[in-house]
Amino acid sequence: MSEMSETPRAMHDIGGVPRFLCEGIDTEPHTLTEFDRTVDALRQILGGKKVMSVDELRRGIEAIPEAEYLRLSYYQRWIRSIADNLLARGVITEAELQAALARC
Amino acid sequence: MTALLEADSDHLLAAIRLLLAEKQIATDDEITLARERTDKASPAQGARMVARAWLDPAFRALMLEDGAKAADSLGIPMLGLPPLGVLENTETTHNLVVCTLCSCYPRGVLGYPPFWFKSVGYRARAIRDPAGVLAEWNTVLPAGTAIRVVDSTADYRWMVLPRRPAGTDGWDEARLASLVSAEDMIGVTVPALP
Amino acid sequence: MLEAGTAVRVRDDWPETRGPCHIRTPHYLRGHTGTVIRHLGNFRNPEDLAFARPAATLPLYHVAFAPNSIWPDAGAAELVVELFEPWLEPL
Repeated sequence: MSEMSETPRAMHDIGGVPRFLCEGIDTEPHTLTEFDRTVDALRQILGGKKVMSVDELRRGIEAIPEAEYLRLSYYQRWIRSIADNLLARGVITEAELQAALARC
Repeated sequence: MTALLEADSDHLLAAIRLLLAEKQIATDDEITLARERTDKASPAQGARMVARAWLDPAFRALMLEDGAKAADSLGIPMLGLPPLGVLENTETTHNLVVCTLCSCYPRGVLGYPPFWFKSVGYRARAIRDPAGVLAEWNTVLPAGTAIRVVDSTADYRWMVLPRRPAGTDGWDEARLASLVSAEDMIGVTVPALP
Repeated sequence: MLEAGTAVRVRDDWPETRGPCHIRTPHYLRGHTGTVIRHLGNFRNPEDLAFARPAATLPLYHVAFAPNSIWPDAGAAELVVELFEPWLEPL
């Protein structure tokens, strides 16, 4: 029986999806890293200044190709989405980002 | 979609920070302040609310009616945060909170969401096999308990008001609060005496 | 406005097939029937906010579903989800 396997669900829309029902759950606490806390803070600042809403953040995460989405950590998805949204909104340009990557 | 997005995450963060600081959109000081503000929220806040609700029926009623207002009344800052819904566990019903689409979590009263709450395993399984999910924490509910799963899909954030454990007669609020964990307020565990 | 107790069907619609979108109605509910528990308030449509487009303010409801009507092997007694009005067809 195919159940939901034929619905055109978005890849992040994973509630009840058979493929993930065998996943264990790591119940251990994972300390947030400097990277995690910084990305989280950045998202809050951008939200507070109306530069990027939480809805735009989610959309950007959902646009990540599935293999990458599953590979990246939670906050790695966030920084990728933040970069995507800043580019899409014209807050930064590709040229600027390229140059900044070269400088860092 | 530009290949720039595929840059190493640490590298991407550094570049974004540099640009946003130069453009005065997000400075290092602002980042520090935001982190300090976030660090003030923790499960201890939610635990205070639960303990108060166990002791004070009027507060319990307020908490179930308007979670954010109840939190505010205890000095927990909720301004600008999403509405807070509170789900009461009873003798017959146990609540479990999940966000299958992402990781919506009642951060104002519980702090950062735990790793497991954001995980694919939790998000996929909670709505379909809640007993199996609870078993990951060795949580077994009394026979006949119905499990209600709440999927946070929109503007509300949800927390569970667990049942007060037996054997806590006469305990003060602080002692009661010490029993309550983030796991209890999401529903994967229940408070118990140590 | 949908009253508490109203039986509703979640539209069996798949915007995902028509281009980039941001949908907060989980796939597992599409085409399924539930019961309105209560009106949660009115909020701006995330489907438009996600693209920085003007967003209408819409009623949001808490709607209850029977999980074993969705998955025969379901273990929960009830599944409750926040859904925006345009996704709900009163029966």
